[in-house]
Amino acid sequence: MIEVKNLFKSFEDNHVLKGISATFNQGDTSLIIGSSGSGKTVFLKCLLGLFEPDQGDISYDGRSYIEMDISKKRELRKEMGMVFQSGALFDSETIEDNIMFPLKMFTDQTKEEMLDRVSVVLKRVNLENVNKKYPAELSGGMQKRVAIARAIVMNPKYLFCDEPNSGLDPRTAIIIDNLIKEITDEYQMITVINTHDMNSVMEIGEKIIFLKDGLKVWEGSDQTIFKTENQAVTDFVYSSNLFKKVREVYNKEN
Amino acid sequence: MLGQVFKRPQKAAIFRENIFREIEELGLKSLGIVAFISFFVGGVVAIQTGLNVDNPWIPKYLIGFATKRSIILEFAPTFMSIILAGKVGSYITSSIGTMRVTEQIDALEVMGVNTLNHLVLPKIIAAVSFYPFLVVLAMILGIFGGWVSGIVTGLFSVTDYVEGIRLDFKPYLIRYALTKTMVFAFIIATIPSYFGYYVKGGSIEVGKASTQAVVWTSVVIIVFNYFLTQMLLG
Repeated sequence: MIEVKNLFKSFEDNHVLKGISATFNQGDTSLIIGSSGSGKTVFLKCLLGLFEPDQGDISYDGRSYIEMDISKKRELRKEMGMVFQSGALFDSETIEDNIMFPLKMFTDQTKEEMLDRVSVVLKRVNLENVNKKYPAELSGGMQKRVAIARAIVMNPKYLFCDEPNSGLDPRTAIIIDNLIKEITDEYQMITVINTHDMNSVMEIGEKIIFLKDGLKVWEGSDQTIFKTENQAVTDFVYSSNLFKKVREVYNKEN
Repeated sequence: MLGQVFKRPQKAAIFRENIFREIEELGLKSLGIVAFISFFVGGVVAIQTGLNVDNPWIPKYLIGFATKRSIILEFAPTFMSIILAGKVGSYITSSIGTMRVTEQIDALEVMGVNTLNHLVLPKIIAAVSFYPFLVVLAMILGIFGGWVSGIVTGLFSVTDYVEGIRLDFKPYLIRYALTKTMVFAFIIATIPSYFGYYVKGGSIEVGKASTQAVVWTSVVIIVFNYFLTQMLLG
């Protein structure tokens, strides 16, 4: 379980996180949603340890991340996988080398064992014959899959995704969302996804945390988000014309 | 920054691989420019000295002697380091800076990698260990360039030039030049790495950081050159 207690983070006078608390359980895919500037990315980067919170605590299965020194943090990070918004693949290395990097760095596996593992994870994200290609030779959707493959190659306990389907067409975005959900179930990981995509909410939003101006203003699921009376959430959900039309049709029919 | 850079590498095999890659990128790929510039500057130094030593009371072998001394003491270690600061410094800042703005450094951090150690230490080791060879090459080719210029222009004879080169040979001056080179190599590897690692923004900021890195590296080399010369020869 990841437990976040009363997290604060400011950049000079800009108070980005103002006391967020949340828990993320094993096997759950949790979505952090909110408009741009609501603090989602900063929250995720605090969870990863890329930003040091000003106040509050983050614990991973009872281990306080804030109190750890840098070498212990690095040890814990080996249990994490991260899919960045941009993919963050090493552009001068082949897909195979990208995925193999954590194995080379942190395991004593032979080259054959590593290549086998690369094949397994590439197959898991439905990619074939890309081993010797470079990231620039792949489409955006394929790069995201490679990023997922690299994130899961070490069998992480915790998976974090920052806007994993941004820049993708709706069909590919849904495929990526479902892939993350399936992998979470299969590996029994704790997955936390940052998104502002309502399609993701509908596809995989079994647990949703809504942030606004650095505060957690609502928590629920894809079943409850369309019924909530919370003004901030309804403003966000129905900011899209599509959802407005769906609501009008729904209201007329009922 | 340096505290994290000089930590024990997390995986020896990858560290070794990175050092060899950096020797190729920072050292071997600079061989051409170093050879080209050294040869021609050596020639120019010899010609300039020859043209300015027109007093019949001054022996011609002083042309070879002056060329040798200027190349060994200043041209090879300092001038070459300034050139490498431009070529290699901009490469280091832009490669690390691009990794920073495309979140590749964050990706390494999240994997549990000590990114400063992984990215910067191999560059320092490659530069400090390989640049002395480049500077020795610059010395040899510079002196050779002076010799060739004598043949081509006829300003001085080969015999006089060789006599000048052999005159008052002090091995300490080579040690002094190599000591300076190693300090400059450390500066060339660290200052651009700092600018690249801490860059914020996008491609324009990476470009600006590269320019700043080259300027600051050159300034620090010149200042260190002054103090090192005072300390080692004064």
